Amino acid sequence: MLKTILKEVKEFKLASILTPILMLLEVISELMIPLMMGLIIDKGINSSNLNAVFKYGSLMLICAFAALLFGGLSAHYGAYAAAGLAKNLRSTMFKKIQGFSFKNIDKFETSSLITRMMTDVTNTQHSYQMSLRMGVRAPFTFIIALFMTFSINKKLASIFLYAIIFLAISLLSMMYFARIAFKEAFERYDDLNSSIQENVSNIRVVKAYVKEKDETARFIKTTKKLYDAFVKAENITVLNSPIMMLTTNACIIALSWFGANMIVNKTLTTGELMSMFTYTMNILHSLMMVSFFFIMIIMSFASMKRISEIINETPSITNPKNPITEVKDGSISFKDVCFEYYDNTEDYVLYNINLDIKSGETIGIIGGTGSSKSTLVQLIPRLYDVSLGSIEVGGVDVRNYDLKILRDAVSMVLQKNTLFSGTIKDNLKWGNKNASDEEIIEAAKHAQAHDFIMSFKDGYDTHIEQGGTNVSGGQKQRLTIARALLKKPKILILDDSTSAVDTATDAHIRKAFREELPDITKLIISQRISSIIDADRIIVLDDGKINGIGTHEELLETNNIYQEVYETQYKGGDSHE
Amino acid sequence: MSRRVIATDKKLDVKVLKRLIKYYLKYNKLSLFIVFVSIAIVSLISVAGSLFTRVLIDDYIIPLTKQANPDFTPLKKVLLIMASIYLVGIVFNYLYQKILIYVTHKTLKKTRDDLFAHMQTLPIKYFDTHPHGEIMSIYTNDIDTLRQVLSQTIPSLFSSTITIISVFISMLVLSVPLTFIIIFMLFIMRKAISWIGKNSSKYFKKQQSDIAKENGYIEEMMEGIKVVKVFNYEEEAINRFEKINDSLFNSSFNANKFSTLLMPIMGNLGNISYVLTAAIGGIFAIAFNSITVGTLASFLNLNKSFNMPVIQISNQFNAIIMAMAGAERVFKLLDEESETNEGDVTLVNVRKENGKLIECDECTNIWAWKHPGRNGEDRLILLKGDVRFYDVTFGYNENQTVLKNINLYAEPGQKLAFVGATGAGKTTITNLINRFYDIQEGSITYDGIDIKLINKNDLRRSLGIVLQETNLFSGTIKDNIKYANPEATDEEVIQAAKLANADGFIRHLEHGYDTVIKSDGSPLSQGQKQLLSIARAALANSPVLILDEATSSIDSRTEKIVQSGMDKLMSGRTTFVIAHRLSTIKNSNVILVLDHGEIIERGNHESLLKEKGTYYKLYTGLLEIE
Repeated sequence: MLKTILKEVKEFKLASILTPILMLLEVISELMIPLMMGLIIDKGINSSNLNAVFKYGSLMLICAFAALLFGGLSAHYGAYAAAGLAKNLRSTMFKKIQGFSFKNIDKFETSSLITRMMTDVTNTQHSYQMSLRMGVRAPFTFIIALFMTFSINKKLASIFLYAIIFLAISLLSMMYFARIAFKEAFERYDDLNSSIQENVSNIRVVKAYVKEKDETARFIKTTKKLYDAFVKAENITVLNSPIMMLTTNACIIALSWFGANMIVNKTLTTGELMSMFTYTMNILHSLMMVSFFFIMIIMSFASMKRISEIINETPSITNPKNPITEVKDGSISFKDVCFEYYDNTEDYVLYNINLDIKSGETIGIIGGTGSSKSTLVQLIPRLYDVSLGSIEVGGVDVRNYDLKILRDAVSMVLQKNTLFSGTIKDNLKWGNKNASDEEIIEAAKHAQAHDFIMSFKDGYDTHIEQGGTNVSGGQKQRLTIARALLKKPKILILDDSTSAVDTATDAHIRKAFREELPDITKLIISQRISSIIDADRIIVLDDGKINGIGTHEELLETNNIYQEVYETQYKGGDSHE
Repeated sequence: MSRRVIATDKKLDVKVLKRLIKYYLKYNKLSLFIVFVSIAIVSLISVAGSLFTRVLIDDYIIPLTKQANPDFTPLKKVLLIMASIYLVGIVFNYLYQKILIYVTHKTLKKTRDDLFAHMQTLPIKYFDTHPHGEIMSIYTNDIDTLRQVLSQTIPSLFSSTITIISVFISMLVLSVPLTFIIIFMLFIMRKAISWIGKNSSKYFKKQQSDIAKENGYIEEMMEGIKVVKVFNYEEEAINRFEKINDSLFNSSFNANKFSTLLMPIMGNLGNISYVLTAAIGGIFAIAFNSITVGTLASFLNLNKSFNMPVIQISNQFNAIIMAMAGAERVFKLLDEESETNEGDVTLVNVRKENGKLIECDECTNIWAWKHPGRNGEDRLILLKGDVRFYDVTFGYNENQTVLKNINLYAEPGQKLAFVGATGAGKTTITNLINRFYDIQEGSITYDGIDIKLINKNDLRRSLGIVLQETNLFSGTIKDNIKYANPEATDEEVIQAAKLANADGFIRHLEHGYDTVIKSDGSPLSQGQKQLLSIARAALANSPVLILDEATSSIDSRTEKIVQSGMDKLMSGRTTFVIAHRLSTIKNSNVILVLDHGEIIERGNHESLLKEKGTYYKLYTGLLEIE
């Protein structure tokens, strides 16, 4: 996992190496300072020697400036390296996700992918920056300070060993219990979140049934639990500062007593004792830092793990080794196709589908929700791969084509059709980046979109909001059809894409298809019989199986489901078309 | 973590601060008093501690070295005294921190509870005009900034101030000229802090907006990933992403750089200040003899304990500014105006005696409106479910009219259906009946009483509602059905479920009526959720029903089951139906076709079809309904 993350350091390797080195230099310069302070007092002020004050003063000044310089540079490179790692991680993840098949994406869910790319990467960025800086600073301060105290006076310095053992044990056990308690507390925090969410989104029901007071009472129970959990957790961490104070103060008292004895015995100078006092803070403080550092790193492991999962995921659909780069025609054939969303569950949503569609044919597909109509057509451009059996386009197994070539040949208007922020023209050009204005207008005309586009003030340059919220449902559908047509595909799939279009326009679109685009194989999924009534053949899907195939008239006579749907839509005998 | 902003636009809203402190003090006066006294003791002890080492060396250790037979008793004594003082400090430190935990979390809980209780009283308009994410963030992000201020910033500011003042006074006592050096250095430190703050806040803001931009882009590409794939758009998507990502890299790098620069710069400025005082003090002490060596040493010691609190204050100041922004949003919600409820007509249980209505306390399942008369005599009007609109005109805001001159009447037990395009005003009509919104012109009556005169709670109790979004609550299925009527018996719950065709599937669940569902309704299907909300309305047993697109997200087959449940629910009740699928409203007594806020056609299914107008076009699919 760490390896996966660290691989992304790439061009920021130099900065990543410089940062700890600079940090180390800063620590060394900084730790020289208490030594100089002691010397200023001892050799200078106590001995009334002004020259010594200046000498050690200027040395200390040099150290301070050096520490400032190194510290500044290390801050610069540390931030640079960590931000760089974050950038590379996001970029690698985004590229990786672009190569994901739907199977991969379904596994992670969109919201989780976004959290991983943003929040988890930010966490990793912080902990990387901390590793490069604090991860170096704390242990080195600790070791160097300890080394300094030992070089001043071994016997006196041994006091620290007891202090370190005491502090380390208390800090570690405290953190152990705190982690458990905080985990619980954050779960209560999630409860708080969902109870507010629930109330806010259900507010109409709350008000309609006059339940405001009961809701408040329920909420107070939730906040009480939250309160209890946090108080419990913080009652553990609150021990931190008294323990630190206890250890520091005990060290100072012990140092004073033993130090005084040594000074009297002339084995220690007062200046050295002063330095020892200063190092006490350094040692104990850095020990605390080390333990915090470990906790932070361990906490960010969860984020790193989630990132690695993305980077290490193998795309379930990839290009074949020697791909075929030409799609001959728009014929399609399904051979014993079975499909399941999750491997080896044998929970087939499509079962034993056999189907031959000639190039240029128009096929209608009808069936209830959950009959797997969308799944069926999504197998053709390899949005999913079949679990068993095979699908051929132009006489070749779809898995043998170059993916780009295959998807260029198979144009699909999805049920959940998406427009992107940008102008109408930008959106249509998704179908063909180099399309000329004439081509765009032609496609828009076929999709019956040209007229309403021209009715907008800015015509084809009208800006579309994210998600296409500023055009009506029917207009959106027509735009997505135009976009699909611009690809000049061999196969065109409409997945319930005219549901919001009025029947007259719908008929115009189909007429245009028939007359202007006769060579394209057309697969039309619809809930509305009127949209598929004139198809060459209609497939009735039920529960993942083909229930019937035939023309409208044939099915009306032989197929129960088709009859039932027809009944509900045409009941009352209103004349139609 | 993303909120480690060092802000510089130091415009402190004093009013908000004052209010926050008042809120904070309200319930915790005694505890906070103890806290502040303890903090003062702890800070003074720590200042004393930093002076102690010098005293120790000058007054105890050095004299010892000059004695022929060193007597360690005074040293022992002073160390014991010091140890006890330290111990007192530790105890008080623990004490105040512990109290602070309770104070902080009690305040947070109280704030959240107050917010929530107030939020329940707000009109629907508030929820319609504020994104839900924004509302939730007040309870979490904004209150969290308060938490830091309450538990850390205020105590740390207080203790830093005490330390600074006591150290500063000690310094002044020791040497005035040397203190000037400190003040000079302080001035430089302040400059450094504001330089860092200015830059880091600039880049942090940039970083926030870059993050939002990148987030939005990823979201858009993820939502549209199928389209990306179908159109082979991956490369282009990556190219555009890289541009946004580079910009985020830049701002994130700079923001973090400046915030990490704070420590080395401040720490080493402190060191420089130390050297300056040592050198200048040395000249004073040694060359001019104007201060003693011991005084200088003490002064130097004080200098060291001066820098930390200065850095701390500058850090905490930014936390305060951030918390003020949070507090402002909290108070803004608390200041939102509640729904008014001035109506004095109430709903009461009655029984009939000799054709006369008599008010009673027990549940009779017969209800009446109690209309207080002027001369103290109350009038009782039987609750029947007769709803009328007279020339109703309404708009969600002043310069936009959604409904124009609506006149309609629903007799008890009738079924009224509204059809029309999105935005024609269908849902708005139902929003007016239960007074989620108030009308601007005209009047609405309920059993002949202007609804403005009816107590809102009672008005709403008399109206059942089933919405498109199924809106279930986390809890058991039974809890959800009983939502509107918590006193209902199990028998009644099952009765209601049966009426809604929900009993069958509930019994098939492993835990039956005690199955726990989440607030998103899982593990139930869309249709099952809808059946539950119908059962809920059935148990509420109100004479008037509002069904807002209740079946539109269900497929045709499930719809049949739901529809038959709904038909049973509607029988005998006045019902307002808004439907997407026209097949579901064919049997309505009256169908009203709305267009741009006006009723353009009215009649029943047959008569409207004969008219060959808009309804006919909608019904035959000649017109887009969306």
